[in-house]
Amino acid sequence: MIRVVLPPHLRGLAKVGGEIKLEIAGPVTQRSVLDALEANYPMLRGTIRDHVTQQRRPFLRFFACEEDLSHEAPDAPLPEEVVSGKEPLLIIGAIAGG
Amino acid sequence: MSRVRVLAGTRKGAFLLTSDGKREKWEVSGPHFAGWEIYHMKGSPVNPERIFVSQTSGWFGQIIQRSDDGGKTWDTPGGEKMPKPGEFPAGVSNKFAYDTSAETGKPLTTHQFYDGKQHPWEFKRVWHLEPSLTEADTVYAGVEDAALFRSKDGGKSWQELSGLRGHGTGPMWQPGAGGMCLHTIILDPSNPQRMFIAISAAGAFRTDDGGKSWKPINKGLYSQYIPNPTAEIGHCVHHVAMHRSKPKVLFMQKHWDVMRSDDAGENWKEVSGNLPTDFGFVIDVHAHEPETIYVVPIKSDGEHYVMDGKLRVYRSRTGGNEWEALTKGLPQSNCYVNVLRDAMAVDSLDKCGIYFGTSGGQVYCSPDAGDNWTAIVRDLPAVLSVEVQTLP
Repeated sequence: MIRVVLPPHLRGLAKVGGEIKLEIAGPVTQRSVLDALEANYPMLRGTIRDHVTQQRRPFLRFFACEEDLSHEAPDAPLPEEVVSGKEPLLIIGAIAGG
Repeated sequence: MSRVRVLAGTRKGAFLLTSDGKREKWEVSGPHFAGWEIYHMKGSPVNPERIFVSQTSGWFGQIIQRSDDGGKTWDTPGGEKMPKPGEFPAGVSNKFAYDTSAETGKPLTTHQFYDGKQHPWEFKRVWHLEPSLTEADTVYAGVEDAALFRSKDGGKSWQELSGLRGHGTGPMWQPGAGGMCLHTIILDPSNPQRMFIAISAAGAFRTDDGGKSWKPINKGLYSQYIPNPTAEIGHCVHHVAMHRSKPKVLFMQKHWDVMRSDDAGENWKEVSGNLPTDFGFVIDVHAHEPETIYVVPIKSDGEHYVMDGKLRVYRSRTGGNEWEALTKGLPQSNCYVNVLRDAMAVDSLDKCGIYFGTSGGQVYCSPDAGDNWTAIVRDLPAVLSVEVQTLP
């Protein structure tokens, strides 16, 4: 079971309170986690990665195990602690805006 | 007894303000979508309980919300859990993908950028949502970078009406200070094939074939800040308004100048008359008097606040040129707010109600066509848009 933590604005949009738990068959990567997330919560499509380019939105970053994974390849395996459910994948909104 | 529902979009959420026909006591609901920018919200004339919302964020992009119960509950159309195989794909209600050239597959056109070079269209947000006058599931969206989209399934999916960008003048369009936005959509109640739109900074356009083809309608506009002040394209139109009983008469608040057309935009003449300044954003028409119009003059394009610290709505009962200041109930000292282009609306009760919202977070109501004003609320986040529904 993969654990995902969304920023507060997206938790409100998806109408979820805390962590999201996802079942993922096959390799656990940024892409497979986001695919599963969007399949279960379609209203999140386009809010984390662009509808067309599939690029991460500029003011969002991905963290896990105290590491910034934002620039990892979308198909690179996520850390074992995320795969095992010990640690969540954190989707973080940049602190920006003045 | 009739009642009204004011839809106020702000920098940090949406608010619904409701009252009976007296418009004295108000209930405030919100913030809905707290923390998000609400550029615009508007109810369907066909089903007033259906309200469309443009919810945006620099972090998370564009969201479309819809209520079918007058704002009690909201959903992203098509945002429910994944449909069964073969059904329409979910979660695309916020997907605004520009058309590409059918021949080459490349971008349809480019536009002029701040540096004077050509730049591809990039979607940023929805500025305005205009529900159809006849179909509850049809709604139009004016977006930045400027284009017109239509949904025929209640906002679940959107298709561009690309004849607007593709008719040839696209490379001359350029962003105004607020971005290159399509902010005004007017549907002609007497002719379902006719529609008017306005873009900052390109100008006004009209279609007479339901959006397939478009023509610029800017003859008579004079903008001294562009290389050719009378050019067909390049004018910073801020807003356009029409009275449904006179659909060929249009009123425009341009960057500077208040303008009027009596022939569906073919020709414009200035009607700024005795206004203290003719810069501004909003313009609207009385619900029952097609020659009574309202503006809120703003000091200048460099100083986006009202003149002399006085918040004054100006009313013309002669379709322009002769204006009177309406001040009763509005602050007349130390007031430096702005009123943005979509932040004024009128109800259709017997005594027409006028509403507007300010950058200072006030939403004002006049239940008597502008003679007297009171603040419904004073301390909302900066108001981006105001619409009002007159309900049975």
